[in-house]
Amino acid sequence: MGARLRRFMLLGVLGLFILFLYGPTLTILVLSFQGPDGGLTFPMNGFSVHWFARLFQAQAVGDFGGSLIRSFSLATMVMVSTVVVSLAAGMAFRRRFWGSGPLFTLTVASLIIPSILVSLGVGLLFNELGLDPDWYSSAFGAQLTWTLPFGLLIMFAVFNRFNRAWEEAARDQGATPWQSFWHVVLPIIAPSVIGIALFGFTLSYDEFARTLLTAGSDNTLPLEIFGMTTSVTTPVLYALGTLTTVFSFVVILCSLVIVRLLAARRAI
Amino acid sequence: MEMAIFVDTVLVAKEASPVVTRNKRRMRRFSIVPLLQAGPLAAILCVFLLLPMCVLVVVSFFDYDSVQIIPAFEFTNYTEVLGSAVTWRTYLNTFRYTLIVWAVTAVLGFTVAYVLAFEIRSRTAQMVLFLVCTVPFLTSNIIRMISWIPFLGREGLLNSALLKLGLIHQPLEFLLFSDFAVVLAYTHLYALFMVTPIFNTMMRIDRRLLEAALDGGAGWWRTLTTVVIPLSKSGIAIGSIFVVTMVMGDFVTVRLMSGGQSASVGLMISSQISSLQYPAACANAVVLLAIVLMMISAILRIVDIRKEL
Repeated sequence: MGARLRRFMLLGVLGLFILFLYGPTLTILVLSFQGPDGGLTFPMNGFSVHWFARLFQAQAVGDFGGSLIRSFSLATMVMVSTVVVSLAAGMAFRRRFWGSGPLFTLTVASLIIPSILVSLGVGLLFNELGLDPDWYSSAFGAQLTWTLPFGLLIMFAVFNRFNRAWEEAARDQGATPWQSFWHVVLPIIAPSVIGIALFGFTLSYDEFARTLLTAGSDNTLPLEIFGMTTSVTTPVLYALGTLTTVFSFVVILCSLVIVRLLAARRAI
Repeated sequence: MEMAIFVDTVLVAKEASPVVTRNKRRMRRFSIVPLLQAGPLAAILCVFLLLPMCVLVVVSFFDYDSVQIIPAFEFTNYTEVLGSAVTWRTYLNTFRYTLIVWAVTAVLGFTVAYVLAFEIRSRTAQMVLFLVCTVPFLTSNIIRMISWIPFLGREGLLNSALLKLGLIHQPLEFLLFSDFAVVLAYTHLYALFMVTPIFNTMMRIDRRLLEAALDGGAGWWRTLTTVVIPLSKSGIAIGSIFVVTMVMGDFVTVRLMSGGQSASVGLMISSQISSLQYPAACANAVVLLAIVLMMISAILRIVDIRKEL
């Protein structure tokens, strides 16, 4: 009897946790459809897409379109680099090599050094070198220090479970290292590579602290949103929040579909 | 020379198949490949992490006035940082946030991970629920913070619900723009960083150990405290490292959720940056970095996480 009650309570905790995670987001999702006279809180004053329309009028919010394009391009750049660089490094880390210890320490350090310090450091470095910080140079590098460690850790998890026999079989059949990587290793680890891509993209797309002092004169979307929190007091803020969240969900859903397709193809 | 060949032979003899042996041998001699593979990672981290951290340390010794920073080597920034009562109060406040958030996320994260790992039996349900818990992590932190405003505000959902129920007669003021709001937002943002590593560790626990404990007459609580918790320690440690470093270095959450009423080290650094006092900000940053690294090595000293990697 006690066991059943305990199970019920534990499942209740999980349910409440999920509600806690999603509840507030759902609130602003609803509130972003406020009528034109509605405010930042309930009750709903009518129902409209007024605030979404406002979003695309240049004056309502700063440079929404430009910052969206910059964020999207930056996230794509970070995604591609994260996948390629952490995949290569993951292959290297399968055995010890000269400098593997220090490099591992550096990677872990990259994960635990507070973001604002990286932001400040990279900003100052560019300043000292006489370079102008920009979203595609300094911010790009600063964000990589956050996404690469995640990518590498995922690679570690993958290769810990990787059965070397496949690769050795390929080599026994006379495959070159490149062929065995391209035709054997990569297809096997493909779902995890999609995972790294997803992490790289979304972590970059939502990154704030590391971009703050490194983005230069043009804002990325999170910087634009942060600026809005102090100046904008209409539901247009929620409309923007809803749009970016929906966008993130679309990206996540796409990668899940790709992973499923890859898994299905492998099952055949 | 002969010794080297001997060692080599012994090492090689450990390998199972002769074909592998030949390949391994070739790999050992030709070791430039891993260097090329790891090179880009090393280069990026050197340029965008190691070098910037060196710049931080160097600039922290610089002098500055209201318009520029002046190269120098003096300890003024450090004596100012460490000698100011404001700094100490700010650090104390940051430690307080860190401790509270750590405790809350550890208990919550452990419970959620436990339910996911042991109470959900179906493998599919487990993966789906884990994914449901992970997805918010991939959306914008700032939006997730903003989304508490209509919930906690004076006229927010919570206050109006409590008013309607007659539980309170005036809206609660402490809900938004307060320490409570800050801790709530931290928990909301970072609980996942506890759930994921603990869940990972728990999934590796041999289920037979739990059955053995139960067969041996241990109750649920005893099994939890003597089997599950000790075996989940490394996951808890990894989660703790994430949460501690993120709360210690944060400034956005404190700024947004406390409405400018609370201080944190990150916020102090960011306001020094916006008033262009870079050397002071750097000195502060170096102190913060030292403290964070000490906290992490303390965690690592208590729990060995190497088997997780």
